[in-house]
Amino acid sequence: MEVYLFYIVATIAVCTGVYLIFEKNPVFSALYLIQTMVCIAVLYILLEAQFIAAVQMIVYAGAIMVLFLFVIMLLNLNIGQEKKDALPYQKIPAILIGIALFAVLCIVLKSKLLQGKQGEYTTAYINNVGNTKLLGNLLFTDYLLPFEITSVLLFVAAIGAIMLAKRKI
Amino acid sequence: MITITHYLVLSAILFTLGVIGVLIRRNAIVIFMCVELMLNAVNLSFVAFAHYLNSMQGQLFVFFTMTVAAAEAAVGLAIIVALFRNKETVNIDDMNIMKW
Repeated sequence: MEVYLFYIVATIAVCTGVYLIFEKNPVFSALYLIQTMVCIAVLYILLEAQFIAAVQMIVYAGAIMVLFLFVIMLLNLNIGQEKKDALPYQKIPAILIGIALFAVLCIVLKSKLLQGKQGEYTTAYINNVGNTKLLGNLLFTDYLLPFEITSVLLFVAAIGAIMLAKRKI
Repeated sequence: MITITHYLVLSAILFTLGVIGVLIRRNAIVIFMCVELMLNAVNLSFVAFAHYLNSMQGQLFVFFTMTVAAAEAAVGLAIIVALFRNKETVNIDDMNIMKW
Protein backbone atom coordinates (compact mmCIF):
# COMPACT_ATOMS: atom_id res chain seq x y z
CA MET A 1 0.00 0.00 0.00
CA GLU A 2 2.69 2.46 1.03
CA VAL A 3 4.78 1.44 -1.96
CA TYR A 4 1.96 2.24 -4.39
CA LEU A 5 1.24 5.51 -2.62
CA PHE A 6 4.90 6.50 -2.83
CA TYR A 7 5.12 5.78 -6.54
CA ILE A 8 1.86 7.58 -7.36
CA VAL A 9 2.76 10.66 -5.33
CA ALA A 10 6.35 10.72 -6.63
CA THR A 11 5.11 10.52 -10.23
CA ILE A 12 2.69 13.39 -9.67
CA ALA A 13 5.43 15.45 -8.01
CA VAL A 14 7.87 14.97 -10.89
CA CYS A 15 5.21 15.63 -13.57
CA THR A 16 4.07 18.84 -11.90
CA GLY A 17 7.72 19.87 -11.52
CA VAL A 18 8.22 19.43 -15.27
CA TYR A 19 5.03 21.40 -15.98
CA LEU A 20 6.25 24.12 -13.61
CA ILE A 21 9.36 24.60 -15.74
CA PHE A 22 7.78 24.50 -19.19
CA GLU A 23 4.51 26.34 -18.49
CA LYS A 24 4.31 29.76 -20.17
CA ASN A 25 1.75 31.31 -17.83
CA PRO A 26 3.25 32.16 -14.39
CA VAL A 27 -0.10 31.64 -12.64
CA PHE A 28 -0.24 28.02 -13.84
CA SER A 29 3.41 27.61 -12.82
CA ALA A 30 2.51 28.69 -9.28
CA LEU A 31 -0.44 26.28 -9.19
CA TYR A 32 1.78 23.40 -10.36
CA LEU A 33 4.28 24.30 -7.63
CA ILE A 34 1.48 24.14 -5.05
CA GLN A 35 0.64 20.65 -6.33
CA THR A 36 4.29 19.60 -5.98
CA MET A 37 4.35 20.90 -2.40
CA VAL A 38 1.19 18.98 -1.51
CA CYS A 39 2.81 15.81 -2.90
CA ILE A 40 5.90 16.45 -0.78
CA ALA A 41 3.65 16.91 2.28
CA VAL A 42 2.13 13.48 1.58
CA LEU A 43 5.66 12.05 1.43
CA TYR A 44 6.42 13.65 4.81
CA ILE A 45 3.43 11.83 6.27
CA LEU A 46 4.76 8.58 4.76
CA LEU A 47 8.06 9.36 6.51
CA GLU A 48 6.20 9.87 9.82
CA ALA A 49 6.98 13.57 10.08
CA GLN A 50 3.40 14.70 10.69
CA PHE A 51 4.25 18.10 12.13
CA ILE A 52 6.53 18.96 9.22
CA ALA A 53 3.79 17.86 6.81
CA ALA A 54 1.30 20.20 8.48
CA VAL A 55 3.79 23.07 8.44
CA GLN A 56 4.54 22.33 4.78
CA MET A 57 0.85 22.63 3.92
CA ILE A 58 0.21 25.74 6.03
CA VAL A 59 3.40 27.74 5.47
CA TYR A 60 4.52 26.67 1.99
CA ALA A 61 1.35 25.78 0.11
CA GLY A 62 -0.72 28.22 2.15
CA ALA A 63 1.28 31.33 2.92
CA ILE A 64 4.26 31.50 0.57
CA MET A 65 2.45 30.41 -2.59
CA VAL A 66 -0.44 32.79 -1.91
CA LEU A 67 2.21 35.53 -1.68
CA PHE A 68 3.58 34.41 -5.06
CA LEU A 69 0.14 34.38 -6.68
CA PHE A 70 -0.63 37.75 -5.16
CA VAL A 71 2.55 39.28 -6.64
CA ILE A 72 1.91 37.66 -10.06
CA MET A 73 -1.57 39.15 -10.19
CA LEU A 74 -0.34 42.49 -8.83
CA LEU A 75 2.24 42.83 -11.58
CA ASN A 76 -0.24 42.09 -14.39
CA LEU A 77 2.27 40.27 -16.61
CA ASN A 78 1.65 39.62 -20.28
CA ILE A 79 1.82 35.94 -21.09
CA GLY A 80 3.75 36.46 -24.31
CA GLN A 81 6.46 38.41 -22.54
CA GLU A 82 8.99 35.60 -22.72
CA LYS A 83 8.77 35.43 -26.51
CA LYS A 84 11.79 37.71 -27.07
CA ASP A 85 14.39 35.35 -25.67
CA ALA A 86 17.85 36.93 -25.85
CA LEU A 87 19.67 33.60 -25.43
CA PRO A 88 17.59 30.92 -27.19
CA TYR A 89 20.64 28.68 -27.62
CA GLN A 90 20.96 28.42 -23.82
CA LYS A 91 18.10 25.91 -23.45
CA ILE A 92 19.68 22.69 -24.75
CA PRO A 93 23.00 23.08 -22.86
CA ALA A 94 21.04 23.97 -19.71
CA ILE A 95 19.04 20.74 -19.92
CA LEU A 96 22.23 18.75 -20.63
CA ILE A 97 23.95 20.33 -17.61
CA GLY A 98 20.91 19.49 -15.50
CA ILE A 99 21.09 15.84 -16.58
CA ALA A 100 24.83 15.85 -15.79
CA LEU A 101 24.06 17.23 -12.32
CA PHE A 102 21.50 14.46 -11.81
CA ALA A 103 24.11 11.88 -12.89
CA VAL A 104 26.60 13.28 -10.35
CA LEU A 105 23.95 13.15 -7.60
CA CYS A 106 23.15 9.52 -8.51
CA ILE A 107 26.86 8.61 -8.39
CA VAL A 108 27.03 10.10 -4.88
CA LEU A 109 23.94 8.11 -3.89
CA LYS A 110 25.43 4.88 -5.28
CA SER A 111 28.65 5.38 -3.30
CA LYS A 112 28.89 4.38 0.33
CA LEU A 113 29.50 7.95 1.50
CA LEU A 114 25.97 8.41 2.79
CA GLN A 115 26.25 6.27 5.89
CA GLY A 116 25.17 7.76 9.21
CA LYS A 117 25.05 6.78 12.84
CA GLN A 118 21.68 5.48 14.02
CA GLY A 119 20.04 7.85 16.47
CA GLU A 120 17.91 7.18 19.51
CA TYR A 121 14.54 8.34 18.16
CA THR A 122 13.07 5.12 16.81
CA THR A 123 9.64 5.05 15.21
CA ALA A 124 8.10 3.32 18.23
CA TYR A 125 9.54 5.94 20.59
CA ILE A 126 8.33 8.83 18.42
CA ASN A 127 4.85 7.31 18.14
CA ASN A 128 4.79 6.77 21.90
CA VAL A 129 5.73 10.33 22.89
CA GLY A 130 4.42 12.21 19.87
CA ASN A 131 6.19 13.82 16.97
CA THR A 132 5.22 17.40 17.78
CA LYS A 133 6.09 17.08 21.46
CA LEU A 134 9.54 15.74 20.69
CA LEU A 135 10.19 18.51 18.17
CA GLY A 136 9.06 21.14 20.64
CA ASN A 137 11.23 19.68 23.39
CA LEU A 138 14.32 19.76 21.18
CA LEU A 139 13.48 23.20 19.83
CA PHE A 140 13.27 24.78 23.28
CA THR A 141 16.25 22.98 24.85
CA ASP A 142 19.10 22.03 22.49
CA TYR A 143 18.15 24.37 19.66
CA LEU A 144 17.05 27.39 21.66
CA LEU A 145 19.69 29.76 20.27
CA PRO A 146 18.94 29.03 16.57
CA PHE A 147 15.25 29.35 17.37
CA GLU A 148 15.73 32.80 18.87
CA ILE A 149 17.98 33.89 16.00
CA THR A 150 15.20 32.79 13.63
CA SER A 151 12.89 35.34 15.23
CA VAL A 152 15.48 38.08 14.57
CA LEU A 153 15.73 36.85 10.95
CA LEU A 154 11.97 37.09 10.46
CA PHE A 155 11.93 40.55 12.02
CA VAL A 156 14.69 41.76 9.69
CA ALA A 157 12.89 40.21 6.70
CA ALA A 158 9.65 42.01 7.60
CA ILE A 159 11.48 45.34 7.90
CA GLY A 160 13.31 44.69 4.62
CA ALA A 161 10.10 43.84 2.75
CA ILE A 162 8.38 47.00 4.02
CA MET A 163 11.37 49.17 3.11
CA LEU A 164 11.64 47.68 -0.39
CA ALA A 165 7.92 48.06 -1.03
CA LYS A 166 8.00 51.79 -0.37
CA ARG A 167 7.30 54.07 -3.31
CA LYS A 168 10.70 55.77 -3.40
CA ILE A 169 13.85 53.71 -2.86
CA MET B 1 9.66 -1.86 0.45
CA ILE B 2 10.56 1.80 0.09
CA THR B 3 14.17 2.49 1.02
CA ILE B 4 15.95 5.77 1.63
CA THR B 5 17.37 5.61 -1.90
CA HIS B 6 13.89 6.04 -3.39
CA TYR B 7 13.40 9.27 -1.49
CA LEU B 8 16.91 10.53 -2.28
CA VAL B 9 16.48 9.85 -6.01
CA LEU B 10 13.13 11.66 -6.01
CA SER B 11 14.80 14.53 -4.15
CA ALA B 12 17.63 14.58 -6.73
CA ILE B 13 15.10 14.64 -9.60
CA LEU B 14 13.19 17.57 -8.07
CA PHE B 15 16.43 19.45 -7.36
CA THR B 16 17.59 18.93 -10.95
CA LEU B 17 14.24 20.18 -12.26
CA GLY B 18 14.68 23.30 -10.14
CA VAL B 19 18.20 23.88 -11.50
CA ILE B 20 17.02 23.44 -15.11
CA GLY B 21 14.16 25.84 -14.46
CA VAL B 22 16.51 28.49 -13.07
CA LEU B 23 18.73 28.11 -16.13
CA ILE B 24 16.13 28.15 -18.93
CA ARG B 25 13.42 30.52 -17.68
CA ARG B 26 13.55 34.31 -18.13
CA ASN B 27 10.70 35.33 -15.84
CA ALA B 28 12.09 36.39 -12.44
CA ILE B 29 9.05 35.08 -10.53
CA VAL B 30 9.24 31.65 -12.18
CA ILE B 31 12.98 31.50 -11.42
CA PHE B 32 12.12 32.28 -7.82
CA MET B 33 9.56 29.47 -7.76
CA CYS B 34 12.21 27.08 -9.10
CA VAL B 35 14.46 28.09 -6.18
CA GLU B 36 11.58 27.18 -3.86
CA LEU B 37 11.32 23.80 -5.61
CA MET B 38 15.04 23.20 -4.94
CA LEU B 39 14.56 24.08 -1.25
CA ASN B 40 11.66 21.61 -1.08
CA ALA B 41 13.78 18.88 -2.65
CA VAL B 42 16.50 19.36 -0.04
CA ASN B 43 13.91 19.36 2.74
CA LEU B 44 12.61 16.02 1.47
CA SER B 45 16.07 14.45 1.71
CA PHE B 46 16.49 15.93 5.22
CA VAL B 47 13.28 14.27 6.42
CA ALA B 48 14.15 10.99 4.66
CA PHE B 49 17.51 10.85 6.42
CA ALA B 50 15.90 11.76 9.74
CA HIS B 51 13.40 8.91 9.38
CA TYR B 52 15.82 6.21 8.27
CA LEU B 53 18.55 7.17 10.78
CA ASN B 54 16.10 7.36 13.71
CA SER B 55 16.99 10.95 14.36
CA MET B 56 15.06 14.18 14.94
CA GLN B 57 17.68 16.66 13.77
CA GLY B 58 16.62 16.45 10.13
CA GLN B 59 13.10 17.57 10.97
CA LEU B 60 14.44 20.47 13.05
CA PHE B 61 16.60 21.59 10.15
CA VAL B 62 13.57 21.46 7.86
CA PHE B 63 11.81 23.71 10.34
CA PHE B 64 14.61 26.27 10.14
CA THR B 65 14.84 25.95 6.35
CA MET B 66 11.15 26.78 6.07
CA THR B 67 11.62 29.90 8.19
CA VAL B 68 14.49 31.04 6.01
CA ALA B 69 12.44 30.27 2.88
CA ALA B 70 9.55 32.37 4.19
CA ALA B 71 11.88 35.31 4.89
CA GLU B 72 13.52 34.86 1.50
CA ALA B 73 10.16 34.81 -0.29
CA ALA B 74 9.02 38.02 1.42
CA VAL B 75 12.22 39.96 0.65
CA GLY B 76 12.67 38.49 -2.83
CA LEU B 77 9.12 39.29 -3.92
CA ALA B 78 9.50 42.82 -2.54
CA ILE B 79 12.65 43.20 -4.66
CA ILE B 80 10.79 41.91 -7.74
CA VAL B 81 7.94 44.39 -7.14
CA ALA B 82 10.47 47.24 -6.76
CA LEU B 83 12.22 46.17 -9.98
CA PHE B 84 8.89 46.02 -11.82
CA ARG B 85 8.11 49.58 -10.68
CA ASN B 86 11.39 50.83 -12.18
CA LYS B 87 11.62 48.70 -15.34
CA GLU B 88 8.00 47.73 -16.14
CA THR B 89 9.16 44.13 -16.69
CA VAL B 90 10.29 41.07 -14.74
CA ASN B 91 12.33 39.65 -17.63
CA ILE B 92 15.83 39.14 -16.24
CA ASP B 93 17.45 39.87 -19.64
CA ASP B 94 16.37 43.50 -19.23
CA MET B 95 17.96 43.81 -15.78
CA ASN B 96 21.54 44.39 -16.83
CA ILE B 97 22.40 47.78 -15.33
CA MET B 98 25.11 46.22 -13.14
CA LYS B 99 26.73 44.48 -16.10
CA TRP B 100 29.13 47.18 -17.20
